[in-house]
Amino acid sequence: MDDTPSTRSGRRAPERLVRVGFIPLVDMAVLVAAAEQGFAEREGIRLQLMKDVSWSNIRDRLAFRQFDVAHMLSPMPIASQLHLGSNPYCCFTPFALGRGGNAITLSLDLYREMQALAGLDGSEGALANALALKQVVERRRVAGRKPLVFAMTYPFSSHNYEFRFWLAAAGINPDTDVTMTVVPPPLTVDAMTTRAIDGFCVNAPWNMIAVEKGIGRMVATKADIWPSAPEKVLGVSPEWAEENPETLSRLVVALDAAARWCDTRENHAALADMMSDQTYLGVPSGLILRLFSGRLTIDPDGRVRHVENYLRFYGQAANFPWTSQALWIYSQMVRWGQVAHSEANLAQVKAAYRPDLYRDILAGSGTSVPLVDSRVEGLEETFIDGRSFSPDDIPAYVEGFPIRTAANAAVDE
Amino acid sequence: MTKDSQFGQRPLRVAIIEENSIRAAILVDGLREAGILDVEVIEAMTHMLRRLSIIDPDVIIIGIENPSRDVLEQMFQVSKLVSRPVAMFVDRSDGSMIEAAVEAGVSAYVVDGLRKERVKAIVDMAVSRFNAFERLQRELVEARSELASRKVVERAKGILMRTRQLSEEEAYALLRQTAMNEKRKLVDIAQSVVTAASLLEK
Repeated sequence: MDDTPSTRSGRRAPERLVRVGFIPLVDMAVLVAAAEQGFAEREGIRLQLMKDVSWSNIRDRLAFRQFDVAHMLSPMPIASQLHLGSNPYCCFTPFALGRGGNAITLSLDLYREMQALAGLDGSEGALANALALKQVVERRRVAGRKPLVFAMTYPFSSHNYEFRFWLAAAGINPDTDVTMTVVPPPLTVDAMTTRAIDGFCVNAPWNMIAVEKGIGRMVATKADIWPSAPEKVLGVSPEWAEENPETLSRLVVALDAAARWCDTRENHAALADMMSDQTYLGVPSGLILRLFSGRLTIDPDGRVRHVENYLRFYGQAANFPWTSQALWIYSQMVRWGQVAHSEANLAQVKAAYRPDLYRDILAGSGTSVPLVDSRVEGLEETFIDGRSFSPDDIPAYVEGFPIRTAANAAVDE
Repeated sequence: MTKDSQFGQRPLRVAIIEENSIRAAILVDGLREAGILDVEVIEAMTHMLRRLSIIDPDVIIIGIENPSRDVLEQMFQVSKLVSRPVAMFVDRSDGSMIEAAVEAGVSAYVVDGLRKERVKAIVDMAVSRFNAFERLQRELVEARSELASRKVVERAKGILMRTRQLSEEEAYALLRQTAMNEKRKLVDIAQSVVTAASLLEK
């Protein structure tokens, strides 16, 4: 397929259509800005944003060529390369769409129970909240009550690993002390209202909506658990990338510019307006704007918490697909028994994140590109458990967790 | 040993996860016609795992616009209740079948080891029934809009008869002539008359 721009005639290169699948969440901001604010157009690309309802669909429609690229959970390309889950289709990411946005919200009833038992006054941090939850879990077990039910949005999601990390940091075993289940993001608030679940971990805006409805209490954010964690990434179909290398480069350039624009405070009102449209999120722009500002209402009584960099789209190399972060995600897959560790797997994981492509495309641009692909994670921005992650020794890192699940205990195959 | 060779040609058991009861019924009918009688419909997401473990299906049909697909993925990943490995589509090599299914909005989870042609018949059936349902929906929408346009034309005629003292036939002829002159649809002209009249009232 001819993919070079026809600059010889002096005419503008023909517009290239790129079909992008997405799930309506605030962390898709960079894609919306690229499409609506002219960044894609400037690169000769027409972005067609296509809304979907499940991550399984995102994966399958990328595999069956209904999408060229997609808004994806950061662990999805890794799971695909490791052939985990149904219909694994090996995709990769050259570009992360940003950090932050996730939070853990518990039902108000459960939080009040924690307050009563542990004497919380509401000002506590994420770890103190988890320790209070541990007390409730213990008391429920002694009293013979059924385990609490916690929801995340997909088995291979940052939400799953963050929720588990937070629970385990306080000594709660997510596989035996509570029940972990999946609820799609738009249904989380309803599920909590009907008491089908006692808590969830999901991206914005659903946590704040649960608080504003008076049913939920936010107890931790992604920034409390590990601020550097990549949240969503641009998943790319390898066949499409091979046929359209020039378009992929242009797309990354457009997204880089869009991400920079999204991180500029003066643009937030316009961005919130765009995203509030029914085509995208369909929630009031005022709510989105407050999420951008990081001023989160965390308790129905009106308590507000300011989370610095709650959502970050560009700064601190938020778009760089770190190999070490892919390996950290893999370490959590090993930790929770989704896959057994092997040397062969490491090569697969490295094929999922492509810092080399990011560097080739953006070298010499206004964006500063990290000089290395991998680093020790958790030195400057620390994990909630205080340990750092050295990508060179994954088995030692995993064995260092007091709470973990053996590979053959949880997975069918 | 594959499931087929284990059980010979025992009748296939199919579970349909579908909240829309009309579409579910259309699908069940189609499968019955094709001789597959062992079909269960799961309508709600609550207790889906328990229902599935009781039904113990060989094939699960679920629409791709159903958010519960992610819930299924989790069950297959961790659950002991749905004990066998389940994969979407039997064989990726059959690209045209998969494309037709995705186009029609069908996804299927199939017990590993089932013979491909047995599953293909079921997926083909689901695809044609999903398409038939879409057609039905479209016809319904068209019929509704047809009815709505007839109502608008009636109202416009009434307004013209009242304000310009025309007979019903003359009012209709005026609308039609205007539509032809302006190269627009009759119903659009009628709508303009109704809108204009509502602006001029009071």
